[in-house]
Amino acid sequence: QGLVPLSESTKDVGCCTQEDLRVDGRGCDDYRCVEVETDVVSNTSGSARVKLGHTDILVGVKAEMGTPKLEKPNEGYLEFFVDCSASAAPEFEGRGGDDLGTEIANTLYRIFNNKSSIDLKSLCISPREHCWVLYVDVLLLECGGNLFDAISIAVKAALFNTRIPRVRVLEDEEGSKDIELSDDPYDCIQLSVENVPCIVTLCKIGYRHVVDATLQEEACSLASLLVSVTSKGVVTCVRKVGKGSLDPESIFEMLETGKRVGKVLHASLQSILHKEESLGPKRQKVGFLG
Amino acid sequence: MALEMRLPVARKPLSESLGRESKKHLVVPGDTITTDTGFMRGHGTYMGEEKLIASVAGSVERVNKLICVKALKTRYNGEVGDIVVGRITERRRSAEDELAMRGFLQEGDLISAEVQAVFSDGAVSLHTRSLKYGKLGQGVLVQVSPSLVKRQKTHFHDLPCGASVILGNNGFIWVYPTPEHKDDDAGGFIANLEPVSLADREVISRLRNCIVSLATQRMMLYDTSILYCYEASLPHQIKDILKPEIMEEIVMETRQRLLEQEG
Repeated sequence: QGLVPLSESTKDVGCCTQEDLRVDGRGCDDYRCVEVETDVVSNTSGSARVKLGHTDILVGVKAEMGTPKLEKPNEGYLEFFVDCSASAAPEFEGRGGDDLGTEIANTLYRIFNNKSSIDLKSLCISPREHCWVLYVDVLLLECGGNLFDAISIAVKAALFNTRIPRVRVLEDEEGSKDIELSDDPYDCIQLSVENVPCIVTLCKIGYRHVVDATLQEEACSLASLLVSVTSKGVVTCVRKVGKGSLDPESIFEMLETGKRVGKVLHASLQSILHKEESLGPKRQKVGFLG
Repeated sequence: MALEMRLPVARKPLSESLGRESKKHLVVPGDTITTDTGFMRGHGTYMGEEKLIASVAGSVERVNKLICVKALKTRYNGEVGDIVVGRITERRRSAEDELAMRGFLQEGDLISAEVQAVFSDGAVSLHTRSLKYGKLGQGVLVQVSPSLVKRQKTHFHDLPCGASVILGNNGFIWVYPTPEHKDDDAGGFIANLEPVSLADREVISRLRNCIVSLATQRMMLYDTSILYCYEASLPHQIKDILKPEIMEEIVMETRQRLLEQEG
């Protein structure tokens, strides 16, 4: 659909952002309806599914034991992998989705590459020897625009849902260490996701910028700004994508919008995750056939 | 700014909420429709081993002795006289073509046209030999399944709510502001690029969302159904129309009104 070049005379979306009215009636700051569900994949340490309009993302987190990195002996770490499934968009057939997958994974590495996003020290089991490695796998089920936002929401929800088994390191007289897993399967540690950032993508269309662009709106946008924002409104990283240029004043305005929108995004996500948690283990899981 | 996050809700099967008495006979490719050989076979069926077998997924329709299967989702099959809306992706490159047509129609333009002829492999040839066809200017394109566009006498409608639609048989629907006066001399090749007023754009956005709602709920699209849906949507904000529960409510009301009108 987006592969045919739009001629100048039929920019169906173009100037609609002038008066804060987009094609589907939303304002420039409005998101489409978001559905979040966690604990959807049974053999993971944590999982989440997020639907944002026609964009459908599934994230699974697996906690496995590994060796700490040499330069960070007291910390565990996260590994991201993004799979753009061929059923998400026709362009992803075969190896077509690999480039986008790598780009998204690299962006995730960047936004988590700071001291405060996740308390990596809590993932350490014994310094220089054992630590928890969280393998975060992202699966794109359907592509309907605004991938980065949806993926970052799903990653945060999956990390919130992640339960890591509690382990103890036992040392005997000879000095050899043994790792003991707790007998109780519900004895787990939960990660704090307070400072996990979410990405807000702002697409420049005409003279204004919009959040949560649909596929058609993305096709009309020549430049976008990806802003990674924490729940307190702190920007952890900014990335510009697209062939077009952005002038510094636009960038400043887009950053301000990103911070403002990001705080609301985090607040909504926190409240929905707590609401889901409060429903307890008896809640009706909708899953994939609902 | 508006942002709504919610937990997913399992969808109820549609037949429950409609209270249907007669169940539709649904088939998938390979299902036996009937072993009675007295029937004539229509679209979507074939004869095999003394049985009538379905070749597409859909519901069985029976008209006296003719049995056919109406498919849920189809690729567009062109028929002579169909109106289509489409985007020019490629064109024949010849010397005369370069001189003549490029001035009028370029790659990337959206046009409306009529099917002139259908070839044996399914390809169609189009013509814009009337002033009502040609390049489409400002408006919104909605893509739905071709099976949802009802065949009518005319596919160009000027709706009383203040906008016009072209219901392409190929599933491409074009919603645009009603032109103030018909420019007979200009023909269909000059695009009107004047800015569209906010009021007109609100009508167009609302219509677009209504068409998307009807298509999501698999209702047939024609001028009456779209208009009723528009009127049912008026109490809601334009952007709320696409919320699942509001979409269901609006389409239900449209269905009711259409049934009352028929009966």
